[in-house]
Amino acid sequence: MKRQVLLISFVILATLAFIGRLFYLQMTDNNYQLSPLSNSAVKVVQEIPERGYIYDRNNKLLVANQPSYNIKVIPRDVKSLDTLEFCSLLRIDKERFIKNMERAKRYSMRSSSVFLPQVSKEDYAALQEKMHKYEGFFIQKNTLREYPINSAANVLGYLSEVNQETIEEKPYYQLGDNIGLTGVERYYENELRGKKGVKRIQRNKHNKEIGPYKGGIYDTLAIPGKDLTLTLDIDLQKYGEQLMQNKRGGIIAIEPKTGEILALVSTPTYNPNLMIGRERSKNSPKLYGDKENKPMFDRALQATYAPGSPFKIVNGLIGLQEGVITPQTGFTCYHGFRYGGRAQEFMKCHCGIVGYPIRLEKGIAKSCNSYFSNTYKRIIENYPTAQEGMNAWSKHVQSFGLGNYLGYDLSVGQKGLVPNAAFYNKYYPLKNWKAVTTISNAIGQGEILTTPIQLANLTAIVANRGYYYTPHILKKINNRAIENPNFVEKKYTTVDAVHFDPVIQGMLETFETGTARASKIQGIEICGKTGTVENFIRVDGKKVSLEDHSILVAFAPKDNPKIAIAVYVENGGFGSNIAAPITSLMIEKYLTGEVKRSWMEERMYNTSLEEEYKKKIITEVEDEK
Amino acid sequence: MRTRNKNIISNIDWILVFFYIALCFIGWLNIYAASSPDENVEILNFSTKYGKQLIFFGLSIPLILMVMFLESKFYEQFSSVFYVLSMLTLIGLFLFGKTIKGATSWYAIGGFTLQPSEFAKAATALAIARLITDKQFDFKKRKYQIQAFLVIFVPVILITLQPDPGSALVYFSFFFVFYREGLPSYYISVGIGAILLFIATLVFGYIALLAFIFVVFASLSIYLYSKKQRVFKRNMFSIIGTYIIISLYVLSISFIFNNVFKQRHRDRFNIVLNKETDNSGKGYNQQQAAISIASGGLLGKGFLNGDRTQGKFVPEQDTDFIFVTIGEEWGFVGSALVVLLFSLFILRIIYVAERQKSPFSRIYGYSIASIFFFHFVINIGMVLKLLPTIGIPLPFFSYGGSSLWAFAILLFIFVRLDANRTLDW
Repeated sequence: MKRQVLLISFVILATLAFIGRLFYLQMTDNNYQLSPLSNSAVKVVQEIPERGYIYDRNNKLLVANQPSYNIKVIPRDVKSLDTLEFCSLLRIDKERFIKNMERAKRYSMRSSSVFLPQVSKEDYAALQEKMHKYEGFFIQKNTLREYPINSAANVLGYLSEVNQETIEEKPYYQLGDNIGLTGVERYYENELRGKKGVKRIQRNKHNKEIGPYKGGIYDTLAIPGKDLTLTLDIDLQKYGEQLMQNKRGGIIAIEPKTGEILALVSTPTYNPNLMIGRERSKNSPKLYGDKENKPMFDRALQATYAPGSPFKIVNGLIGLQEGVITPQTGFTCYHGFRYGGRAQEFMKCHCGIVGYPIRLEKGIAKSCNSYFSNTYKRIIENYPTAQEGMNAWSKHVQSFGLGNYLGYDLSVGQKGLVPNAAFYNKYYPLKNWKAVTTISNAIGQGEILTTPIQLANLTAIVANRGYYYTPHILKKINNRAIENPNFVEKKYTTVDAVHFDPVIQGMLETFETGTARASKIQGIEICGKTGTVENFIRVDGKKVSLEDHSILVAFAPKDNPKIAIAVYVENGGFGSNIAAPITSLMIEKYLTGEVKRSWMEERMYNTSLEEEYKKKIITEVEDEK
Repeated sequence: MRTRNKNIISNIDWILVFFYIALCFIGWLNIYAASSPDENVEILNFSTKYGKQLIFFGLSIPLILMVMFLESKFYEQFSSVFYVLSMLTLIGLFLFGKTIKGATSWYAIGGFTLQPSEFAKAATALAIARLITDKQFDFKKRKYQIQAFLVIFVPVILITLQPDPGSALVYFSFFFVFYREGLPSYYISVGIGAILLFIATLVFGYIALLAFIFVVFASLSIYLYSKKQRVFKRNMFSIIGTYIIISLYVLSISFIFNNVFKQRHRDRFNIVLNKETDNSGKGYNQQQAAISIASGGLLGKGFLNGDRTQGKFVPEQDTDFIFVTIGEEWGFVGSALVVLLFSLFILRIIYVAERQKSPFSRIYGYSIASIFFFHFVINIGMVLKLLPTIGIPLPFFSYGGSSLWAFAILLFIFVRLDANRTLDW
């Protein structure tokens, strides 16, 4: 008898368990209860606010909105329709129709979702008359971006429809919503987008809308997006883009006394209007797929290069701060840097001053490698061990905003690299490295890597005599100046203000009598430093040297500086060839509002490095073979 | 002949027939609710699922009459033939089967599909009844135990290979029958112990569980050693052996769960154990099911008024998740009544089985009670998010011709056997 009980008791137990579970689910408050707001008898209508406009520092409109129309669908309400006619009206093919329809059904049978986003104004006009024929489909007005000025695409960024991942991550967004994907649109997404409003409409059993749900107590109003004013000077930006045409590289101009970014040029660039609405899906793969020109790669923010000669400024300043040199300290150059009684120079120098000692000013103006090699060696050897010396040096360098993200308000960037003792210990496990082992750091050609914006910031520091404001692109929100402490507080370097004047004097000499004298502007005192950076690629396992990268950093005027600028031209040859004239023209344009030296302007417009880049491609292709 | 037929009709257990009709009727109403489109189409629209289900039900009536017309003896004598034929249809699937949703479990005949694993349950129940009825059969002997296990493991393996592990799982319900018919109880203890250890391993993790087992055995050993030394010495090896076997088992569960199971299987367990909450992806079905049922409240939203049912929030709601419809549209009262109806139906089968004089009829009856019980527990347990997702139908409720007919045959063979109980045969 006992044995019959087992199954019977199991049946009774299961029954009790199920009824208990049903009681929990249906009769008690629990996590599975839906709030009355998600009642499907209530239709939820989203009100999408207008996205904020974007202006430049002189209130020129950079980004506006234009109306666009989304075709939405409630799959349940769709009756049989002339698919062929419908498709031709929307200019889509039948497969797209089926695919989009399935997507909408998967989302929900009874609530609306976007069937086809961003129909153009022209298509809308044709559609509007015939829309009543297609039950279940309706048109929702939306806005698209519009760029009145074809410039600064890399800064402004673009919008894209949210994808499924984003929707899951950020429940604010729904299918068909736009989100800033790059640039300012991305960084200031929350400010620009505003806040969606929600209207809840009660429906009766027959799906008729019978008025606001509960008198509208749950409804919220849409809050419009905020307008942004950027620090950008769009005229300067556009001018920079023109000067850089047919060249690869970046220009960053910063106002030293505020840290405001005046221009942020990365070339080759693209027309921002290519990334609007349905155009985007067509153009995006092309732009992102261009592996040679990389138009979507922001060279001003993302490219890391060796800083080259402009880095000598930093070493000079550290030398002064550490007390290992004074402005009067002289080193003799023998066409290069020698040490330990070697007959052969260890590092060549083209300063051309032989036989008498060079002082700091001249060292900078003539970009003497020997001078800064000696300075660097003294800095490192100022400490009991090379390790300590290296770490002290590294700390100074980092205080110039190098080797880490600057903390600016743009969505891409690179850290760069400032080596320290630990870094070299990894390469030399015996820790037997010395100052001369790392001597390339003296002239910015060693392990150190920087981005163009870091160099521009470095220049701003020199212009300010020892401090900087974190570079930033946002000036005002809804016409109110920003108060972000990160952007309005001074950041000091470890070098005292008194040490800057001799260096600045040297930089002034660069444009007066030194390497950039050809780019001098009458009446404006420009302080700058040219640079060329060697670069190599590997062909058949051998290092092949390419045309040097051309660099120039400068600020002007010398007293009360208004602009600090860094120009980087890939494979541009000597710094004085291309980077210097471009810098000079940018400064003239910004300070005087017009450029008088049209011959120089013409020459820059017409200088194309495309041939040089083609060579590189050819060698790279051969390399692959 | 005449009197005999008359006897049969008067001997039919009309209570079981009533249960059958009631379950089918309520089931069909809910399929109608779960699969009806928005426009009111006539009931006999045979392109819809509820229309088709009505046809399936209509066709099951001649099937039932045929089952009732055959002699009781016929089922006993031909049980092995049924079994072999049934296994051949399962093997045939590997050659001619149609694959639906990843499982090759179907024969396609014209526009219809048949699922032989549904019918194999009846054949296996007959074969088990026949085997155990044998005069020499003795569940105390290892040889006969193995024979009985083989009869159920052949279909289990064939169905697992399709792969349709849910349907294969149902065959383990025969262990209730084996136990009832004399299988030593340690099999059941070991079985239940294994299941509990499995759950405990997943809930607490194998490290905690191994530590716990160690503490239990260590304290047991110390207790025995200090109080009953003789008992301890006599059983020392079996205690240590048991300890090692249990520990190895726990380790192997952890290993199999993490290395042999596929991620989707792990997800199903983790969702029920609340170790994972992914309510939009893996856990979507069960989550939506629970929400829909919860939204039913005390009395439900009423027939065809379940907006979540009509909105098709829960996938598979007309098949494996049909109970959701009951929960939403009929509320706590309706769904508790359906649960009660089902359990009374199973208890009634057990009661009728126990009153049989013929062991064959009794064992067969007990088999189908166990099968119905398994379907009931696994299906509703899954829908109520008490068990992991295992796709097997709720008898007489879930949409599908194969299962409707198979369950009808399963039940009415028993009704036929029972009708004969007073006759000397």
